[in-house]
Amino acid sequence: MTDPQAPTGELHSIPALLARNVGRFGNRPAYREKEFGIWQSWTWAEAADEIRALALGLLVLGLKPGDYVAIIGRNRPAHYWGMIAAQMCGAIPVPLYQDAVAEEMAYVMDHCGARFVLCGDQEQVDKVLEVEETVTGIEQIIYNDKRGMRKYDHARMNALSDVQDEGRAAAQRLGAELDARIEALDYDSTCVMLYTSGTTGKPKGVVLSNRNIIETSKNSAQFDHLSQREEIVAYLPMAWVGDFIFSVGQALWAGFTVNCPEGAHTMMTDMREIGPTYFFAPPRVFENQLTTVMIRMEDAGRVKRWLFRHFMEVARRVGPALLDGKQVGTGDRLSYALGKLFVYGPLKNTLGLSRVRVGYTAGEAIGPEIFDFYRSLGINLKQLYGQTEASVFITQQPDGQVRSDTVGVPSPGVEVRIAENGEVFYRSPGTFVEYYKNADSTASTKDAQGWVATGDAGFFEDATGHLRIIDRAKDVGKMADGSMFAPKYVENKLKFYPNILEAVVIGNGRDYCTAMINIDLNAVGNWAERNNIAYASYQELAGHPQVYATIREHVEAVNRSVAEDPMLSGCQVHRFLVLHKELDPDDGEMTRTRKVRRAVINDKFADLVAALYDGSDSIYTETEVTYEDGRKGKITATLKIEDAQVFGDAQGQKVAAE
Amino acid sequence: MLDKTEGYTTADGRQIGGVLMEMKNITLRFGGVVAIKDISFDIRQGEIRAIIGPNGAGKSSMLNVISGFYHPQEGEVWFKGYRRGPMKPYEVARLGIARTFQNIALFDGMSVLDNIMTGRLNRMKSGLLSQALWWGAAEREENENREQVEKIIDFLEIQNIRKTPVGRLPYGLKKRVELARALAAEPQILLLDEPMAGMNVEEKEDMSRFILDVNDEFGTTIALIEHDMGVVMDLSDRVVVMDYGRKIGDGTPDEVRRNQDVIDAYLGVAHD
Repeated sequence: MTDPQAPTGELHSIPALLARNVGRFGNRPAYREKEFGIWQSWTWAEAADEIRALALGLLVLGLKPGDYVAIIGRNRPAHYWGMIAAQMCGAIPVPLYQDAVAEEMAYVMDHCGARFVLCGDQEQVDKVLEVEETVTGIEQIIYNDKRGMRKYDHARMNALSDVQDEGRAAAQRLGAELDARIEALDYDSTCVMLYTSGTTGKPKGVVLSNRNIIETSKNSAQFDHLSQREEIVAYLPMAWVGDFIFSVGQALWAGFTVNCPEGAHTMMTDMREIGPTYFFAPPRVFENQLTTVMIRMEDAGRVKRWLFRHFMEVARRVGPALLDGKQVGTGDRLSYALGKLFVYGPLKNTLGLSRVRVGYTAGEAIGPEIFDFYRSLGINLKQLYGQTEASVFITQQPDGQVRSDTVGVPSPGVEVRIAENGEVFYRSPGTFVEYYKNADSTASTKDAQGWVATGDAGFFEDATGHLRIIDRAKDVGKMADGSMFAPKYVENKLKFYPNILEAVVIGNGRDYCTAMINIDLNAVGNWAERNNIAYASYQELAGHPQVYATIREHVEAVNRSVAEDPMLSGCQVHRFLVLHKELDPDDGEMTRTRKVRRAVINDKFADLVAALYDGSDSIYTETEVTYEDGRKGKITATLKIEDAQVFGDAQGQKVAAE
Repeated sequence: MLDKTEGYTTADGRQIGGVLMEMKNITLRFGGVVAIKDISFDIRQGEIRAIIGPNGAGKSSMLNVISGFYHPQEGEVWFKGYRRGPMKPYEVARLGIARTFQNIALFDGMSVLDNIMTGRLNRMKSGLLSQALWWGAAEREENENREQVEKIIDFLEIQNIRKTPVGRLPYGLKKRVELARALAAEPQILLLDEPMAGMNVEEKEDMSRFILDVNDEFGTTIALIEHDMGVVMDLSDRVVVMDYGRKIGDGTPDEVRRNQDVIDAYLGVAHD
């Protein structure tokens, strides 16, 4: 397909793309935000005006080229403008996770030496002030939401709108300087610096150049034929590379509209009102939506329940084939059309997914049932595989070749190779420049030819050329008897059960595998309510004998399916326990992107791990927890440990070990 | 005793103004029962004033006197330097006094938004005909008022339930909607009758924060009745303590806490 908006002239920076969009789509909406109950919108021309005013204001405050500007807040147009304005001034935007606690923020701010901080609201300003107790160098704080800010010391603090006003006033004086700085930006200047969540050790600052971001945006926009008519809802953390690519890179490249929800808790309503055409979500979002739908269906009347079940069965059989453009009989087509009228259409509308043309999920493996559920409704949900260091895209699934167990073919412009040990390497225009102030890590990740180690183990399927990821390369280990240990593979199978939110499988160098399991309070709580099971706390529900029985059934079902794969049959779970608390990023047990930190868990729950292997059937434990406001507390519990049945060869495993 | 026109500075550094409302020797009787016996106190511009006391002490009656719902048989109510005569409730509302109720008084079948809009009825002046036709002044007026209401919705963080019928909301949120409706009237004095009753710890914390924010952002003077001593002592600038219709204490939370009469009233005292 020829691209109607192929680049002309020197589009070597985000501000240059902005200028192009003003010329080309001047009156089309660029940003929308729901505020005061109404969608407020800014056209490209209006947005460019706001951004320029902000950039001038930053110049007034003394922002220098090469400075770092930290941005902390939820997805709001002004925060995206802040990033572009910083780039205009030659500075480098560093978006941070807004739910990070002050000490995590302190590390990043100290590491990048941010002089300016743009905060969403009072809460973030408070954290920055706390950070300043240990970190020096922060000179200006700019805040967006004025609420509660009146009594703060404003010696080095300004409201964003005031900064813009001052910028407008200084347009004559500083306009030429700003233009010169924009002019100086080229393909090699830094576009953004993003901190990786870091499943191991401290976060690393990934430096991405304009080339990385713009080339990647261009390639991926062409891959899915994105145009200026797309609508996206920006709700994922701004510090995450995906949001930067979708809401800044691709949005500016293709010129489509970025819609910001009113707040996290209005997300579903806002989705429904906007009806995005291009949608991205981690598997967890899809899982939660599906759980909600299923719970609500249980409350529906008998006729509705029958309709739902009947037509979902039709959809399961016919939907994916229709979506892939395969041959489908007339009878089936007719039933599907009826289903669309009665069930799929209204359901998609409720989920806000009626207009989705391209949907992606990534970050974690998605359960096949969940994936197929959305596909069968006629939603073109696909998987991609990527990481911050690649400016997201490594592989993605083309339309019509979508499966739940692969992550697709290499994205345009990306080369992928598999090393001897199974680790996946890639090289692409999106490959990051370096880790900031960390030459050692840069060297160990990216070699002289530009090949980057992903740290994931995988292989290409011979028949289709699609990549399949098995596990993190460093997590793949060996059991005591030498058979392969791939924890993620088993954990994902466990997590596909709605009752299980999170699972950690242990077994590297051991005789057999064990698991720690987190229940999903939504699903299990609903089940408890329906079965008249009273519980006072998460802990009590988690320890309930019937919950244990259900979880054991799931574990055994997973064992049965793991046993089918001769290479991995040693990974069956022999013993398990249900954890008394949810694994939480605030306690350091997970990353902010909700990936399990194995080392931390092995260390923190060492007593539980020991109990899983010493044959005892219960263990008393004390765990320190961090509340949302940063205070610490302690919870105590006595956890049961249960045995699960294993299948095939593994049956002998433990006996031999004992 | 504080001077009437000069303000004072609170422990947390807020500047409190002069007297906004003054109760002078109020006595309220229902037939033979004396609910309030010769009570005097004042409420100052910008302060959070609490009225506390054991059950049946006459707190709610006092609030109803302030709101103009009850007319005391003796005594005077002064508001903004004028003596207030007997008034109808809508006249009181127009004066800039709004309240919430001990047992929630919202319209269950109406949405949160519509409920809050009723708080602004006093400010809508267009006639029945133009409202029905949604024309001219009516449209402009509704837009202006809706904007104010949306600001309050934003302030109290209830955007996600804007369109939800009030009847479907949990108790804690209903309380918040009631506060929103009272705020929608842009009152000078906000009367809160047991705003935390029946709430769990988290809901109480939220409500306390909103009360402080309202006082801080809008400069609204607040008079509240509350049972939870912890909350009252943390929130309020000055406290009136009532027992059996009499005033037994008046002052800052610390002063009240040390007052022997107050301690006796709350802990009971042995009569021998």
